[in-house]
Amino acid sequence: MSAAPETFGRGPSMRLMELVVAALLVGVGGVVIWGSVKVGIGWASDGPRAGYFPFYVGLLIVGSSLVTFVQAALSVDRRVFVTGPQFMPVLAVLIPSLAYVAAIGILGIYFSSMAFIGYFMWWIGKERGWLLPAIALGAPVAVYIVFERWFLVSLPKGPVELWLGL
Amino acid sequence: MRPTWHCLAAATAAAIGFGTVSAFAQAWEPTRPVQFIVPAGTGGGADTMARAIQGIIAKNNLMKQSVQVVNKSGGAGAEGFLDVKTSPGDPHKIIITLSNLFTTPLGTGVPFNWKDLTPVAMLALDEFVLWVPSDAPFKTAGEYLAAVKTGGNNKFKMGGTGSKQEDQIITVAVEKAAGAKLTYVPFGGGGEVATQLVGKHIDSTVNNPIEAVAHWRSGALKPLCVFDGARLPVTEKMTATMSWNDIPTCKESGLDVQYLMLRGIFTTPGATAAQVAFYVELLRKVREAPEWQQLMKDGAFNPKFMTGADFTAWLTTEDARHRDLMREAGFLAN
Amino acid sequence: MHEIAALMGGFATVLEPTNLLLMVIGIVLGVIIGVLPGLGGANGVAILIPLTFAMSPTSAIILLSCIYWGALFGGAITSILFNIPGEPWSVATTFDGYPMAQQGRAAQALTAAFTSSFVGALFAVILITFLAPFIARFALQFGPAEMFAVMFLAFCSFVGLGRGSPFKTITSMMLGFWLAAIGLDGMTGQLRLTFGSTELLRGIDFLVVVIGLFGIGEILITIEEGLAFKGNHAKIGLRVVLDTWRELSQHWALYLRSAVIGCWMGISPAGATPASFMSYGIAKRMAKDPKSFGKGRIEGVIAPETAAHAAGTAALLPMITLGIPGSPTAAVLLGGLLIWGLQPGPLMFVEQPDFVWGLIASMYLGNIVGLIIVLAAVPWFAAILRIPFSIIAPVILVLCAIGAYTVHNAPFDIWYVMIFGIIGYVFKKLDYPMAPMVLAIVLGDRAEASFRRSMLISQGDLSIFWSNTLVASITTVALLLLFWPAISLAWERIQPRLRYRTA
Repeated sequence: MSAAPETFGRGPSMRLMELVVAALLVGVGGVVIWGSVKVGIGWASDGPRAGYFPFYVGLLIVGSSLVTFVQAALSVDRRVFVTGPQFMPVLAVLIPSLAYVAAIGILGIYFSSMAFIGYFMWWIGKERGWLLPAIALGAPVAVYIVFERWFLVSLPKGPVELWLGL
Repeated sequence: MRPTWHCLAAATAAAIGFGTVSAFAQAWEPTRPVQFIVPAGTGGGADTMARAIQGIIAKNNLMKQSVQVVNKSGGAGAEGFLDVKTSPGDPHKIIITLSNLFTTPLGTGVPFNWKDLTPVAMLALDEFVLWVPSDAPFKTAGEYLAAVKTGGNNKFKMGGTGSKQEDQIITVAVEKAAGAKLTYVPFGGGGEVATQLVGKHIDSTVNNPIEAVAHWRSGALKPLCVFDGARLPVTEKMTATMSWNDIPTCKESGLDVQYLMLRGIFTTPGATAAQVAFYVELLRKVREAPEWQQLMKDGAFNPKFMTGADFTAWLTTEDARHRDLMREAGFLAN
Repeated sequence: MHEIAALMGGFATVLEPTNLLLMVIGIVLGVIIGVLPGLGGANGVAILIPLTFAMSPTSAIILLSCIYWGALFGGAITSILFNIPGEPWSVATTFDGYPMAQQGRAAQALTAAFTSSFVGALFAVILITFLAPFIARFALQFGPAEMFAVMFLAFCSFVGLGRGSPFKTITSMMLGFWLAAIGLDGMTGQLRLTFGSTELLRGIDFLVVVIGLFGIGEILITIEEGLAFKGNHAKIGLRVVLDTWRELSQHWALYLRSAVIGCWMGISPAGATPASFMSYGIAKRMAKDPKSFGKGRIEGVIAPETAAHAAGTAALLPMITLGIPGSPTAAVLLGGLLIWGLQPGPLMFVEQPDFVWGLIASMYLGNIVGLIIVLAAVPWFAAILRIPFSIIAPVILVLCAIGAYTVHNAPFDIWYVMIFGIIGYVFKKLDYPMAPMVLAIVLGDRAEASFRRSMLISQGDLSIFWSNTLVASITTVALLLLFWPAISLAWERIQPRLRYRTA
């Protein structure tokens, strides 16, 4: 089982998470089945149609997840999935990461990356010295040189880059 | 090269027309790198051509800004077309098209149309040739047709690239001419199709010249006919006895099917005349490069060049023709 | 020997100073490309093809093929250090490579990976040098039915080995098949499971899933467990290389078997990714204690890397002799050949001997140069783990975002990576195995396509999978492997006292 099961502390139980995930997967399976039926699940004269395999894939997802759901419902797993103190740092990275992805769509990748690396080093790494500006500025610049100049790969850009004519 | 001259003359006339407009409208040139969208995967025919153009532009310094080739192959190229469609007023984006310009919206139902883009120029037309293994019992397209007919439905297997695209459209046209169904087997790429024919896992293909030429020359495959109105112009001997020019047209061998695939360039909707004129001029220079001419010759392309109103008219006709072909074949989505 | 003389001529071409320099540049660029997730060998080579216009075809192919070797070497680095496979065929390397790094054996894992890559490539090149025409004929026998049988074999050699809940294994694998099925169905030209969304048109790329599940997921787990990479006490120094070599030499049989699998997969041409999975699966099955795989066994690095590099190298042979690419990168190189005015095909050995033998010579030398460069850099790579987490983690996250974007130039793919990161975190905690999902994504659509092609050809008759000796033997072996657990269970029932420790 999981590497370091936590028995103490408060938080959602393993059992609850198992139930939630299995239920979600049943839903996913249902969507797959629905999508397959839409494109045809039969076996035409010239072999299986587009939805033939996905249909059974969907059925198996639903079936196996239902078993997992029942197993979890019957189990007495009292371990905690994650405790509050454990989860706080995860959220402290996850939420800014999601904000970073959203920012890429608006600001482009370069300035978002600067802000994200800066945030990470300042808040999580507690870095206060010269390394912070060096990495936060240096990494995007290096990325720009490698991708846009050497390999001629265009990365997402925002209004600032357009204005600079990059 | 007879037909080419006419076209060049027409194209020049069109360009002069544009030139006079743009002289007043103030010349334009890109101010940042130009994205060259390829609505197909890396390594295919369109991708190879796009990268050749990129290389020719860079080597001969034809443009101050660089060209960045971007592959957007999702949904049979729909992704690439949608990207250009949804970037109106961004002249730093051009796209190379293949027949999926017409077939993808019809076959998948993804909403776009060539009219959503601004046509720049037709660069060339890609030819299709009917290939069979060299030890196949038929010598001409007529004999092949007769064999298909007497063999009955689904006896013969035709390999091709992709589904509900150019290769399958030609296959359906051949079926109509033969009066019997072929089994169409779609593969991932032209080279794979040709090799499957060499290995005799299928009975015939409609590969582009460049995809099958190596196997022709090595004696594994033989061409029966070319799906063009006139024979191919290249007269250099490819095998001991034959040149591209020696391959009869399908029509003269009794298989009245013609199909050519567009290799054209478009830009974003709302591009100004000056912007289009810049790209037309750029492509004209690309076409003059010896590397381009070599590529045209190696691939036995039909090097037709067309811009402006001629090109638009051609596109309108082809779009209608594809719609008819795909409707008859039952390939329309929904 | 006519081949030897021709090869010597090739070496003379390659050893020109310009070409040697291009070789080194190519390897270094290739390693960078391999390390950056998303920017794989195929993209890297495609991007650089236009730059080769000014060169002779031989110099150009030396540069580009060395980028390919470099990318093959480089793919292993991030797999081992951060659990992020830079290339699809390095996924299997993460299974044991990453645990080794966590145990402080990053340098050993890297040395094993690089050396194995080299051995695999060398084996393939020797095969190409002496058996090229024969091998080309072998490749022609692979039609859709044979290709499906190969995919099925790759699949069967890998599955059925998991620990934990079999139902979770099934769920995970089916999720992989589902993800592989999204997008355009190549057989009918229909869109499926896209539900009208333009963001699903391109399907969900394997790399996007893997960067999320393995890369981001692992970072989240690491953060939860205390904000530091394990294994930062790694021994680094060139001595490790020599010590590891001593250990590697004991595994010659494994090398041989993996190289054979790799060459076969490269020539057929199924590609490097199935080769790496198949090789890993078989190594695990044949080991005395299969249960220790996935916990940091050096064999778990040797097997996939040898096979992947052998396949990647052998994939160039069908490209040259038949014009069919054995890998995505070979497909792009093929486009390059056409641009340079060369016609790949059976006559290439006759008409362009300088080019072909130059290429083959560059395979030998490129891999030797590559091995020296990457081995010399092992201490530096291993030292990356000593950089504080708070510096390296944001940079990795940024590179993951860029990698996700560059796979299809689609900004929305970055969202997928984050979503799969969260899924990876949850799945890991709930003990859903992830390898079956990844395997299903890699092989799923290709297996389905070749199955349906076979059905088109046979008009729906399943006996096509037993229609000739080649396909029949592959299918039968695959079925035996698939039902091996059941067969061995039955065996155990029959002989309760003579229990096998394997299974």
